[in-house]
Amino acid sequence: MAETATTLPPAQRAPRLDMKTLLTRHGAWIALALLILVNLAITPNFATWQTLNVNLTQVCTIVIVGVGMTLVIATGGIDLSVGALMAIAGALAPLIFLGKLFPLPHPAVGIALAFTVPVLVTAALGWFNGWLVTRLRIQPIIATLVLFIAGRGIAQVFTNGNLQVFNLPSFQFIGLGRIAGIPFQAVLMVAIVAAAAWMLRRTVFGRQILAIGGNERAARLAGIPVTSVKQRVYLISGLLSGIAGLIVIARNSAADANLVGLGMELDAIAAVAVGGTLLTGGRATVLGTLVGALIIQLVRYTLLANGVPDAAALVAKAVIIVLAVWLQRQSHR
Amino acid sequence: MAPLLTMHGIDKRFAGIPALRAAELVVEKGEVHALIGQNGAGKSTMIKILTGYYRKDAGEILFDGKPVEFSSPQEAQKAGISTIYQEINLVPYRSVTENICLGREKRRFGLLDWPAMHGEARALLARFNIAIDVRRPLMAYPTAVQQMVAIARAIGFDAKLVIMDEPTSSLDEREVQVLFDVIRQLKAAGVSVIFVSHKLDELYAVCDRVTIMRDGRTVQVAPMTSLSRLDLVTSMLGRELTQVLQAPHAADPSDADARTPVLQVRNLAAGRKVRDVSFEVRSGEIVGLAGLLGAGRTESVRAVYGADRPDSGTIAFAGRENAIAAPSDAIRAGMGFCSEDRKLEGIIPDMSVRENLTLALMPDLSRRGIVDETRSREIVDRFIKRLGIRCAGPEQRIRELSGGNQQKVLLARWLCMNPRLLILDEPTRGIDVGAKAEILSLIRELAGQGLGVLMISSELEEVVEAASRIFVLRDGHTAAELKGDAVTEQNVMAAMAHGNESLRETVHG
Repeated sequence: MAETATTLPPAQRAPRLDMKTLLTRHGAWIALALLILVNLAITPNFATWQTLNVNLTQVCTIVIVGVGMTLVIATGGIDLSVGALMAIAGALAPLIFLGKLFPLPHPAVGIALAFTVPVLVTAALGWFNGWLVTRLRIQPIIATLVLFIAGRGIAQVFTNGNLQVFNLPSFQFIGLGRIAGIPFQAVLMVAIVAAAAWMLRRTVFGRQILAIGGNERAARLAGIPVTSVKQRVYLISGLLSGIAGLIVIARNSAADANLVGLGMELDAIAAVAVGGTLLTGGRATVLGTLVGALIIQLVRYTLLANGVPDAAALVAKAVIIVLAVWLQRQSHR
Repeated sequence: MAPLLTMHGIDKRFAGIPALRAAELVVEKGEVHALIGQNGAGKSTMIKILTGYYRKDAGEILFDGKPVEFSSPQEAQKAGISTIYQEINLVPYRSVTENICLGREKRRFGLLDWPAMHGEARALLARFNIAIDVRRPLMAYPTAVQQMVAIARAIGFDAKLVIMDEPTSSLDEREVQVLFDVIRQLKAAGVSVIFVSHKLDELYAVCDRVTIMRDGRTVQVAPMTSLSRLDLVTSMLGRELTQVLQAPHAADPSDADARTPVLQVRNLAAGRKVRDVSFEVRSGEIVGLAGLLGAGRTESVRAVYGADRPDSGTIAFAGRENAIAAPSDAIRAGMGFCSEDRKLEGIIPDMSVRENLTLALMPDLSRRGIVDETRSREIVDRFIKRLGIRCAGPEQRIRELSGGNQQKVLLARWLCMNPRLLILDEPTRGIDVGAKAEILSLIRELAGQGLGVLMISSELEEVVEAASRIFVLRDGHTAAELKGDAVTEQNVMAAMAHGNESLRETVHG
């Protein structure tokens, strides 16, 4: 599958820019390939099943949240509340399956509700973000700041600020389980990426998202239901954040409202930016977000595996983001 | 005396496709030089090479006697070449003064000297007979004033050469006259002007010589007075166009009277600009909506289309009254609307021709939300052929197309829906004569097939040519309805001008 929907070489670009075009259009893929090659050469035990699984599990939640973020950014918006929504989902699920919220007729019911209710709640909160953006016409960065600030507080109120520890394999399958040796969360991630990439390219909804991001006024005049599309996009972002929150607590066997999803909004935005989605909207690639998240993760892994401290890895991450956004600007001139 | 500017043997290719082939342009000192040609003839490329926006592949440029090759518009500006673009490139949130003085601020003791800058801004605008509060943000003023500010800014740079790329497209007639006075002042001061415009009247009114371009070549250079209009158009297009321009009205008015109206608007009021507007459109009829800038034409049709909310009045479309609350309702009922601002409200620049063309049709093109790409391709190919859209292919990004071809894509966006009524707000703005004629004859052909067309155009000639009935708006009221033989430029102008005291208000209000 091609990275972006456009296939034709634009008539206005001179041949001497071909190298540049290649870099700007496929830069993320090239960087990922280079990183893998470098690691194969220098990092001990890189080409092992274990390394793959470690990296996949680490990148998984960022990608899942990043997919929702990609869609939001594609409409020209942004969602800062994703980390806080993860915390809410993470706080709600144990309350449900531990029976603290209401008595459970059967443990299986608890598990089922623990998967569905938190995700529905975060989806509803995502819809609320969309409502603020479309009905009250608040700028997305401010509108989602509301839940960014309040969301974690809500999660802490649910749990009285306590750490909830649990051991429930059937619930924790989402974070610890494996299918044919591959972590279930990675399978889930791939499925979500594939579904979103297909949706963006092939469906009316996907086309509407890109049209709104590309030119909202024109989209409205062409009969696109701008309000409802935006609300749905924020809802999806909330829903995916909820799923990511469940994965995190399942992996940790504990839910800490202070820590679940902390800083996730920035990681997700970084993955989207590095992946080649235009931050002003109108051009988006879900696959790119996956690649972007993998690049950030791999750089960090490379440095850690070769004895560079985490603090330095953060600087490397920043450099990558700057580089990626700079390349994007180049392609836009 | 050596010419101020000589561009000789300029070649330019984009991705291997030649855009300019040994093009020439010579501008004398203190001359107003017209540069004309169809869209895609190479005018813009020529100007962009001169101002350092593009790099030329071959040829030489002499400016003020010295060979030059600017690497950026800023460099060109420093050398004395100021450019005014068709689209206004200013900062809407900043004050008029800041916009005029941006990049050459006056300083005193290291601080900005505001009184001096305000004074300069006022003095520059005074040349255009504009007295406004220069401290207010630019966006507080209407487009025409903004355009004047852009021109004032360009002149403020003490340019030796001012390039004006369709500077009149957002000005009304009186403001155009003021602009012409300024151009004459510039000329008297020894400043040269390159004037790009599609309006022949303007060329004859103000230009000394003309360079005509076609297919990337300079085909003719001549004094304006030695060329007739017909020569000019023929030379520009390379073919006889008079026939197309003077085709008879498609619909016989008496015939149209018998048909039921597809759209009937009575006593419409919306916002400050539309107070009491009534008009109707029958199927198979082209109806013109005429009026001065600010008379409420655009605002009226936007209310009809559901883009803005009307305050009162009835809008009956296809037999239902006031059933349209949003553009999507209008589209479902069979209406299409091409906005006057193609860039801001028409195209989705990053999307392909195909995606832009099928934007409104998409819901019909899909099954369970999945777009039927095969059918979409068929439809797009058909309309590209039928409307003669010149593009590298349906997947080319629309922003890379010329204005005329973008407009055709937007027309096709609605035509593929088989609408009953098409509203066209300034359908030929910023489009060359050739594409203009093509679009007008297409509109006529469609009306012949039963489509109702409501057309707004500031070019009287065009409305009178195309429409079989014209409603004239003045100050938000319907001032007159003209039909049949009464549809003449004189009558329309009389209706627009009736009650002259309101003129100033509409221009500056």
